[in-house]
Amino acid sequence: MCHLDREDNDVATTLISDEMRGAVGTEMDRSVSFAISESDIRKWALAVYHPEPPPQLFWDAEYAATTRYGGIVAPEDFNPFAWMTPSGPRPAGEDMASPGSLEALLGIEPPPVRSGLNGGTESEFGVRMRPGDAITSVTRLHSYTEREGRLGTMLFTITESNWTNQGDELVKVVRQTSIRY
Amino acid sequence: MTQQDTALGLGIGDEIPTFVRENTGLHHFNRYAAVNEEFVPIHMDDEAGREAGYPRAFGMGNLSTAYLLNALRGWIGEEGTVRALACQFRQPNLKDTTVVARGRITTIRAEGDETVAELEVWTEDGDGNQLAPGTATVALVTPA
Repeated sequence: MCHLDREDNDVATTLISDEMRGAVGTEMDRSVSFAISESDIRKWALAVYHPEPPPQLFWDAEYAATTRYGGIVAPEDFNPFAWMTPSGPRPAGEDMASPGSLEALLGIEPPPVRSGLNGGTESEFGVRMRPGDAITSVTRLHSYTEREGRLGTMLFTITESNWTNQGDELVKVVRQTSIRY
Repeated sequence: MTQQDTALGLGIGDEIPTFVRENTGLHHFNRYAAVNEEFVPIHMDDEAGREAGYPRAFGMGNLSTAYLLNALRGWIGEEGTVRALACQFRQPNLKDTTVVARGRITTIRAEGDETVAELEVWTEDGDGNQLAPGTATVALVTPA
């Protein structure tokens, strides 16, 4: 696996407050997805293989029944949490793409950043997701580090999510690095 | 670690078949945004891309991850298993860029009735500039 953790370097102005340091290790989100539908999987596969047709395993139930999986499975990267969960739609005006949305989940003051980028991911895959599965994701704040970069002080935030299915089988562990500046 | 798996004919340093997406743009990014709820201005709007410090809009990092998985799946087939994938988004997949997902075997080992291969993987642009380097672990069924 790649090493996404970075050592703290000297930075002119730290973006990491004491409140943020204190939040490391905190559970920041626990979500349960709607039951995954064949249509969800089909649309995902169409998007990630566009403009070529995706493999039959992702959309043809009759064909998929003849494979080792015995039915349709989702691509490993499939996200069943997009748009909304049974908890309901997000409140109007809530912007999960804003640079401070992560701290908003923790209920703490966000750092003074104006932009954010996806720095990278590390995923370990377990059982495949299938139609009918309801996935539970538990996300914790893993770490904050920072260093000077081309665009000033760069804040690296790693979160770790554990996904399990309704049978409590591990679907995947994902460590996601966001870079904010 | 072995240098070669004779049953599958794999060797350290072997490259896997590429997964290529030519001229990536809004027709790719918007489809991904629609399924992953990722309508972020930097992926939709050149001006937002410039405000973020880049020459124009650029694709989602997670879409690059998907392209790497597509390359791995295409290679190992449905009998194989992707166990792990990691990558860092070092350079953006700028709009209008061809993206090539590649991989090269770094280790091979036997594990029960499977052959496990570790790979370095990466995406690059049409000029061969690396965009998203990483690593992957896959398991392939060893022929009896």
